[in-house]
Amino acid sequence: MRISGAEMVMKILLEQGVDTVFGYPGAAVLKLYDELYRYSGKIRHIITAHEQNAAHAADGYARASGKTGVVIATSGPGAANLVTGIATAFMDSVPLVAITGNVATSMIGKDSFQEVYTQGITMPITKHNFTVHKIEHLVRNLRSAFRIAQSGRKGPVLVDIPKDILSSYAEFEPDNGQALPDAKIKRPTYDQNDIDRAAALINSAMRPVIYYGGGISLAGAQSALSEFSKKSGIPSCHTLMATGAVSMENELGLAGMYGRYSANKAVEQCDLLLALGVRFSDRMVTCFGDFAPNAKIVHIDIDPSELNKNVHAQESIIGDIGDILRRIIEKTEEKQHDGWMSEIDSFIRFEENRSHAEASDGRIHPHALMREISRKRENRIITTDVGQHQIWAAQYLENLGERSFLTSGGLGTMGFGLGAAIGACFALPGRGAIHITGDGSFHMNLIELCTAELHRLPIVTVILNNSALGMVRQWQYSLYGQRYSATSPGWNTDFVKVANGFGVDGCRVDTMEQFSRALDHALESGGPYVIDCAISEDERTLPIIHQGDTVEKTCWE
Amino acid sequence: MDTKHVFSVLVENHSGVLARVASLFGRRGYNIDSLTVSATNDPDISRITLVVQGDEQVLEQLKLQTEKLEEIIEVFAIDRDQSLLRELLLVKVAADDHNRRIIREVAEIYEASIVDLSIDSMIIELTGIPSKIDAFLEIIGQHEIIEMCRTGVTALERGRKTKHGRK
Repeated sequence: MRISGAEMVMKILLEQGVDTVFGYPGAAVLKLYDELYRYSGKIRHIITAHEQNAAHAADGYARASGKTGVVIATSGPGAANLVTGIATAFMDSVPLVAITGNVATSMIGKDSFQEVYTQGITMPITKHNFTVHKIEHLVRNLRSAFRIAQSGRKGPVLVDIPKDILSSYAEFEPDNGQALPDAKIKRPTYDQNDIDRAAALINSAMRPVIYYGGGISLAGAQSALSEFSKKSGIPSCHTLMATGAVSMENELGLAGMYGRYSANKAVEQCDLLLALGVRFSDRMVTCFGDFAPNAKIVHIDIDPSELNKNVHAQESIIGDIGDILRRIIEKTEEKQHDGWMSEIDSFIRFEENRSHAEASDGRIHPHALMREISRKRENRIITTDVGQHQIWAAQYLENLGERSFLTSGGLGTMGFGLGAAIGACFALPGRGAIHITGDGSFHMNLIELCTAELHRLPIVTVILNNSALGMVRQWQYSLYGQRYSATSPGWNTDFVKVANGFGVDGCRVDTMEQFSRALDHALESGGPYVIDCAISEDERTLPIIHQGDTVEKTCWE
Repeated sequence: MDTKHVFSVLVENHSGVLARVASLFGRRGYNIDSLTVSATNDPDISRITLVVQGDEQVLEQLKLQTEKLEEIIEVFAIDRDQSLLRELLLVKVAADDHNRRIIREVAEIYEASIVDLSIDSMIIELTGIPSKIDAFLEIIGQHEIIEMCRTGVTALERGRKTKHGRK
């Protein structure tokens, strides 16, 4: 069967089970969009206002569903606009396939109109990328892209296809189910001895702690982890990326820079740290010279290059965390760590005494707002942008559930949340989304309200509006002598009018009572809605451990 | 302690592989002394030979991060005692009637070849382990070096081992 390169893309998308793609057309992908027109009954294309948000939408689609997200953009600015979105997915190991057009092969390298070196630009922010130089390579490259995106440590892959390749014709062979010739051979990396050694450390530890991250969700190891925690009686804490991933009895909550004192204190005091699907980022390890100083560290992850990258581990096991945990569970003794738990209880009491109760003045305070969202969320997906609101959401939202808290953890991309919410709504129709943002982040990508409105997506945007870039401002408060450089821009944006301009309803609220009513109304409306919540610019994310400090230097105000 | 290490990187012979490896090293801040790319007996595989500096942790990271790249087949450290390391030097030295003879003598001692001669210069070619080339350059450097180039190290393990390559 001789078909065009563009039609081959359609065939491969269908073969890979893709029914929704996000993107934006342009000159170099005209032929591809012509095929999307023909295939519109089988593949739904969602246009966004900006390619960056198409990438975030594909990312949100993948985070919510576990499937590979697909984004399409044209050459030059189209591809360049994807960069932040691809980098966001790369840092958080999200499976994504980006398909970009490029100028015709004869025009490559001649500074042609809308030409950039897409492969070069995206090399360090993808697991792998391809430029398709010959039509004969197209199908193989596309299949490889989907395989690579989902294999091992997941991540984005980009396929750059010159215009003439899309419109030339070649034989197409449907997938015959054979393994790809270029599949990297994975060596078995652990054996029973490794399991036994880890289990021996677990069984003999007096003060063990589990520290788990986004790898648990990516591996689908949520139930294995909760079973392990239950049997071993070991308390756990987690990274931002694992927020909501698992619900466990001995859960201490978020650890690290913005984590709970009790969780950080437990890490400091533990004699065994079980690091599961984590990469010891600088948002977890605030002081690299003095992290878990009394502990042996057992690191379990799928990516061998994470071993001893940031923190040295005494034992490590490389492989699928779910499989490894299930094998460890068999060797784990049932235990209750009563002495250790009562010590941790004392950390929790200390923390409770130091924490400031929020004023009950009727105004909107972050904790109360998050409590209210938790009460009314049902099973809606939470997406966040980046800043104070993101940390408050991670700290205070309750009963989230797996794949329900979508946030840009590694790259910290302001403007991620609305695109991600759009993607999540297409991935899991019927769930709906609550997009928690700040006025700074929302400014960046609020244009996507047009996309949310076009499809009447049930996305409620909650802006924690302090008329400031709150997180940076907070750092200026703590570390730069309250010199608020560029963090109170003095914008006078009326977000309700802006929303209305996109055809979206919205309201401004100043009190908790107003917020509660607005949230009810917004959730009932079934479409996009913007609630602009006035909060004080002096609200801070607390406690915090600044870079270079240990838990002893936890900052409480 | 930072010491020099030699790594062999077997890669798929695709365009852009070198860019990938170089991009990774640039991004992660690895310190590369020399890098050579050469063909192997398998036309689908090229060999990159690296000389790098770093402590054990850096070298382990370099190996693991490089192995992670899709088109990389294998990365392995070269044991200097069990391997042959070679580098090629071409050096153009200012030479006239006054010093031609002495330069020739030095070249002879090092078993270097004089491959070009003009009225006021000569080009010397020398192959050997890097330390031999360093030593030769120190002596020849007493004369005016007009220009020179070193290829960087290429290396092969001794004996009939075939453990490397595509499995």
